[in-house]
Amino acid sequence: MNALVSPNTLKGALRPILSARSVSRFYGERIGCADVSFDLWPGEVLGIVGESGSGKSTLLRCLSGIDRPDAGEVLFEATPGADFLEIFDLPEQDRRHLMRTAWGIVHQNPRDGLRMDVSAGGNVGERLMDRGDRHYGRIREAATEWLTRVEIEAGRIDDRPRQFSGGMQQRLQIARVLVSNPRLVFMDEPTGGLDVSVQARLLDLLRVLVRDLGLAAIIVTHDLAVARLLTDRLMVMKDGRVVETGLTDQVLDDPQHAYTQLLTSAVLAV
Amino acid sequence: MSDQPEMIRVEAVSKTFTLHNQGSVRLPVFRDVNFAVRAGEVLVLAGASGAGKSSLLRILYGNYLPTNGRIEIRHDGEMVDIASALPRTILEVRRRTLGFVSQFLRVIPRVSALDIVRDPLLARGVDPSEATERAGAMLARLNLPERLWSLAPATFSGGEQQRVNIARSFVDPSPVMLIDEPTASLDARNRDVVVELIAEARSRGSAIVGIFHDESVRDRVATRWLDITHFRAAADAA
Repeated sequence: MNALVSPNTLKGALRPILSARSVSRFYGERIGCADVSFDLWPGEVLGIVGESGSGKSTLLRCLSGIDRPDAGEVLFEATPGADFLEIFDLPEQDRRHLMRTAWGIVHQNPRDGLRMDVSAGGNVGERLMDRGDRHYGRIREAATEWLTRVEIEAGRIDDRPRQFSGGMQQRLQIARVLVSNPRLVFMDEPTGGLDVSVQARLLDLLRVLVRDLGLAAIIVTHDLAVARLLTDRLMVMKDGRVVETGLTDQVLDDPQHAYTQLLTSAVLAV
Repeated sequence: MSDQPEMIRVEAVSKTFTLHNQGSVRLPVFRDVNFAVRAGEVLVLAGASGAGKSSLLRILYGNYLPTNGRIEIRHDGEMVDIASALPRTILEVRRRTLGFVSQFLRVIPRVSALDIVRDPLLARGVDPSEATERAGAMLARLNLPERLWSLAPATFSGGEQQRVNIARSFVDPSPVMLIDEPTASLDARNRDVVVELIAEARSRGSAIVGIFHDESVRDRVATRWLDITHFRAAADAA
């Protein structure tokens, strides 16, 4: 290895888009997550797996700017080549803006990510207006295009989300998140409340979108099959701490840590 | 052949499984494996069932972690150690250099046979219409009826799924190919096609490591043999 770093190495994709440094959050005496550090690279999909209570959702809330960690830093590169921002150093308003434009958050429950009393088209278009778009015709055109991409008929554009099935609501939420062309997407159990057949369709859709858009993503799931299908790399959490990390298929097929071995051997083969 | 570059270099590789939840029992598989494979060679792994042939192949792919040692793969003219590389480096090596052909197809819901075969071409930046054409030609060569191409292979027979998998692997042969039992449930005609595909990949300069139970296939494709029982004995004695 050459010790000198060429200018090209400093530019381009040789820098992480998100960097977590010793992120910890406590609930009183109890550990939510402790001392979590990792880098996420452009285009990389990271899975965080573990049982409920392992701290994976707490960590996601810190990483995505929802909850302030008690210790540690979350650094983010808002545009390619820009300086890292410590997201919790930003004024509240700027952080909120960042969360709506450069990031996307897909919640487990679509009700948490959608405005249920606003039309499907409005839900998608609102994000473009956040970004500063004002041209009604173009916004509606983009909304229609995104509804089609997530396999919702364009004819449903004026319907309210509450008239949609759970799977459609989840697809609508994904359209709302992706329309603003985020650099980074956070997903919390994106297939959680759905029937298996509906899950399969959503998973395939996510797989194709993530690949075609070259998104960086962090996906929290307890479902190892979801992790295998969607993620490049895994972080296994137990009791708030990361116990194992690595390439997804390697962690699942040759787990090294006792807890990961337990987790992978507990899955029934189907 | 010795003027061809080394594509794979395995140095002092050992593998021991530790089963933490079963009394931390340690299962040594092999120890101190060393070999190299040059472009245009087909190295056949030999040894009884359970000797660790498949484990070794998975280690070469980065799917299993070696307990010790280095696995160097030539990628863009440089040797990359798969045993210590970052996940994103391994994925990049797999995308452009390192392919794995298994006997099982991992079926993804709703993805058609044709799209499964097209996928590696698209990932390498081939034009979509050319990718479709090449994928179709490869499926036809493996005698998969055209009426099946647009269907997801979940309902296909074992042999049909296997042919989709082989088509995917050989539609654009990787510089380094790892092959695990590619002909297990194929009839003679399709076995012959696989033998041809391996020979063609080899003549294009691929370095290949494979496990073949079928003797006639094995004898027709091998340029060299490695009996890994030898390394197994060392592990047992340790």
